[in-house]
Amino acid sequence: MEDVIIGLEIHVQLNKLNSKMFCGCSTDYHDSEPNTHTCPICLGLPGSLPVLNKKAVEYGIKVGLALNCTIEEETLFYRKNYYYPDLPKGFQISQYDFPLATKGYIMILGDDGAERNIRINRAHMEEDPGRLVHAGTIDKAKYTMVDYNRCGMPLLEVVTEPDLCSPKEARVFLDKLKSILEYLDVFDGSQEGSMRVDANISLKGGDRTEVKNISGFKGVEKALSYEITRQKNMQRRNIKVVQETRHFDEIRNITVSIRSKVGAHDYRYFPECDLVTMRIASWVPAIRDALPELPDSKRERFVKEYGLADDHAKSLTSEIKVANFYEAVAAKASPKLAAVWIADVLKGELNYRDLGIESFQAEHMAEIVNMLEAAKITEDGAVEVIRTLLDKKGESPAEIVASKGLGKAEDDAVKKAVREAVAENAAAVADYRAGSERALNFIVGQVMKKTRGKASPGEVHALVKAEVDKA
Amino acid sequence: MITRDDVEHIGWLASIKVEDTEKDDFVKQFNSILDYFHQLDEVDTEGVEPTYRVVDLANIFREDVARPSLSQEDALKNAPRSLDGYFKSPRIV
Amino acid sequence: MLGELREQLRSGSAEDYLCKLFEKIERSKLNGFTTLAKESALQQARDFDRDRSPGQGQGLLAGVPIAIKECISTRGIQTCCSSRILQGYIPPYDAHVIERLKAEGAIIMGKTNMDEFAMGSSTETSCFGPTKNPWDLNTVPGGSSGGSAAVVAGGEAPCALGSDTGGSVRCPASFCGIVGLKPTYGLVSRYGLVAYANSLEQIGPLTHTVEDTALLMQIIAGHDGRDTTSAEGKSDYLPVKEGVKGLKIGIPKEYFGEGVNKDVEKAVWDAIHTLEGLGATWQEVSLPHTKHALAAYYVIAMSEASSNLARFDGLRYGLREGEDKDWHTTFSDIRSKGFGPEVKRRILLGTYALSAGYYGRYYLKALKVRTLIKNDFLKAFKDVDLVAGPTMPIPAFRIGERINDPLSLYLADVFTVPINLAGVPAISVPCGFAGHLPVGLQLIGKHFDEATVLQAAQAFEAATPFHEKKPEVV
Ligand SMILES: [Mg+2]
Ligand SMILES: [Zn+2]
Repeated sequence: MEDVIIGLEIHVQLNKLNSKMFCGCSTDYHDSEPNTHTCPICLGLPGSLPVLNKKAVEYGIKVGLALNCTIEEETLFYRKNYYYPDLPKGFQISQYDFPLATKGYIMILGDDGAERNIRINRAHMEEDPGRLVHAGTIDKAKYTMVDYNRCGMPLLEVVTEPDLCSPKEARVFLDKLKSILEYLDVFDGSQEGSMRVDANISLKGGDRTEVKNISGFKGVEKALSYEITRQKNMQRRNIKVVQETRHFDEIRNITVSIRSKVGAHDYRYFPECDLVTMRIASWVPAIRDALPELPDSKRERFVKEYGLADDHAKSLTSEIKVANFYEAVAAKASPKLAAVWIADVLKGELNYRDLGIESFQAEHMAEIVNMLEAAKITEDGAVEVIRTLLDKKGESPAEIVASKGLGKAEDDAVKKAVREAVAENAAAVADYRAGSERALNFIVGQVMKKTRGKASPGEVHALVKAEVDKA
Repeated sequence: MITRDDVEHIGWLASIKVEDTEKDDFVKQFNSILDYFHQLDEVDTEGVEPTYRVVDLANIFREDVARPSLSQEDALKNAPRSLDGYFKSPRIV
Repeated sequence: MLGELREQLRSGSAEDYLCKLFEKIERSKLNGFTTLAKESALQQARDFDRDRSPGQGQGLLAGVPIAIKECISTRGIQTCCSSRILQGYIPPYDAHVIERLKAEGAIIMGKTNMDEFAMGSSTETSCFGPTKNPWDLNTVPGGSSGGSAAVVAGGEAPCALGSDTGGSVRCPASFCGIVGLKPTYGLVSRYGLVAYANSLEQIGPLTHTVEDTALLMQIIAGHDGRDTTSAEGKSDYLPVKEGVKGLKIGIPKEYFGEGVNKDVEKAVWDAIHTLEGLGATWQEVSLPHTKHALAAYYVIAMSEASSNLARFDGLRYGLREGEDKDWHTTFSDIRSKGFGPEVKRRILLGTYALSAGYYGRYYLKALKVRTLIKNDFLKAFKDVDLVAGPTMPIPAFRIGERINDPLSLYLADVFTVPINLAGVPAISVPCGFAGHLPVGLQLIGKHFDEATVLQAAQAFEAATPFHEKKPEVV
């Protein structure tokens, strides 16, 4: 799909902050009654004035640096003037010229399998508007209800260059961005509406459309796919795609045009005189020094330090929580075996249940990996232990192994069963010696039967072979 | 020169309905005021920095500390129309 | 005066004093007050009278009533900027200056009339009707803090606060024959002042004497963390320094001549000679960009206003009438009905000046001219300690005389707006009469040098009788 051109504008809530961008209202509004997290400032009451949250700027610089951006030495806020009921002052305090961070990039794995930098045009700070609740459907409601709890939430708007070539790449980009933000501990992606995307899409040579306010990464992929199909169909029928703003209807999975007056966008940006200049050049070195290890470096380190395969390292570092979990396990059990079991088994089981890594204890995982390594349980047994723990039907791996009888048969018992099976099946032994592999498998099956599956088939195979060869 | 159409467009931008009866007066007044503003064109401002703020302050912040908000009742007290804890806005189309 | 009043109230009765003021206001023809906070004010006065225990009533304004301009937020008292669009709005919080006044024991007696959203120099555009000048009920009190000036001059309040965006404290002080100060930008917190042009305006006192202004400044000046443009540190304004010996005063040639009323010019020159007689020296200075100040000021003020007044849409507070239509139509109708013609003019012109394609020609250009105007003052202050001239080129004009000619009204602000553009402090003190109407002398100081401004004003006041003259209000 190299003829598709996509650029994204991502609004990220810096929701790890305690207070809003310009006032002391708490950012913890998600489960609250409407309009219980407001004050004269975020309600835009006459006479109120904004005062900037210092930590929001520090977080912004942190993100800028992590996105390989240049941090502006002197930066300032502007007013973006437009009317909408969710905007209590009739303007949004945002940035315009001299945004906090410019000209960075994020490396992603492209559709062609090669890694590629997606350029970041800028990252700037602004305030979130309030939330509109429609009484009934958007086109039929008699009125709209407004909740300003979200209003004034600190936002970082990250704007990419049009470097993405497919909906899937957009998705990969967003995953990576989210990963970085969570590594920086400035963002919690699990909160509803914490990351909202505007997407610009065009086909090569055509005009672009903008799809506004898509929430959820799946939504972005769907909206983009729909929009590309729509534009291609128009091209095929020789209809010109017009430059316009569209809205993604999540229920019908389509984008619809937001009819707006021609030339209506005139934001009349001018500097916000109620806030003073930020001279932040001197802040940068300390923030840069304190930057945590980011996903790409961590992945490289995992490969080097633990000897992991690259795809395992990637899977384990895509989320900071998973990476930390892995390292806690690797400190107490075989790093390689732990990587396989966390990346290939545990993550799958969690996904299936729609759970996060915090639903599983690293202690338990280390115990399971250690049992596997000591051959005290089989692989099937280990999977069973993980599932039982996730389904909250057991206390600890040891207890589950004991109560479910998942412990692998003692070596002596296995060896005894092997000797017995070889002695009891002379015909099969003869067939094997005559060249039949299947005959050997038959004896292995007999041993498994005797040990009621507690032995490892691989080991039994080796033992049977040794016993027959020796005789 | 500002025209009747300009006045209507500016009114749209400023979210102020301009009545037909007001337009001619506005056109006349705006043009005479803008004409007066155009004397700024005479001033040589080559190389002059704009003054956004007279007092050169920088880096004034607050710490990231949450403080009590208004109660829902106080937040809505001045609202001409409200419902179930929300401000009641005319419908969005 | 306020100091003596405070002592009198301490031994007498604040309640009696306040009741007498309220009675006078009931009979008044000035229309200076918009809302009287009778109940809360009388309660506060009674509390003050009752509690004579040591330590009580020690505040700088303990028991003293004060009138507050409509655009300064007062918790529980309507603050509507004399606009229909904000009528009924009762702030849930106090402006910084109100907190400071209350902490010093002052009694908020009520709110005063103003030009709608402070846009004017005559207090005629208020939704409460025009305020009248106590010296002549047919003339305007000046504006936009006309209500505050009129009630002080008319003896209905011992002191008041106003706000000054382009002369709105000094103009009515001049027209009403009282003292009014526009502090250095950043000296007084704007927290709670309903914004008209936020890069230009400051809250300032309106009083009978210079010392009273110094007393109010002592209370309201100083850093406030809620206004990021609020400056750190403050000086003491009390006691006001004495004498003007050796002070160098600059007389800008651009502030005299064409357009200045002859009586005004004479009164101001007399004042300069009085100061000279007191030991000051004067010399001519030049503020060459004065003639472009008005255009720059109006472009900046209107641009900022168009944004500052965007929040008034009837959703969260204020006017909301009739059936709702779609939101944009509804808001546009409300704003069309709620704002008066002058406010609409300024919002529309400001919107135009900021709109795509015009930003550079108007707004940015005006900000550059602002730099030149500021530099004019900085340059003059290398040679002199103060700059002096008329506050207004004319005495108070008749009500209705200029209301339909916006440009002619703007032209009257020619000597007050440069001060706001430069951010320097300036005071207007009574310096004589043009016929039966007062004339104000404007003394302009260096940034944050209110002390010298007050010092010169006080010396002038002590040497002249003008502040003692009272209008004969019916
Ligand atoms: Mg944005
Ligand atoms: Zn708030």
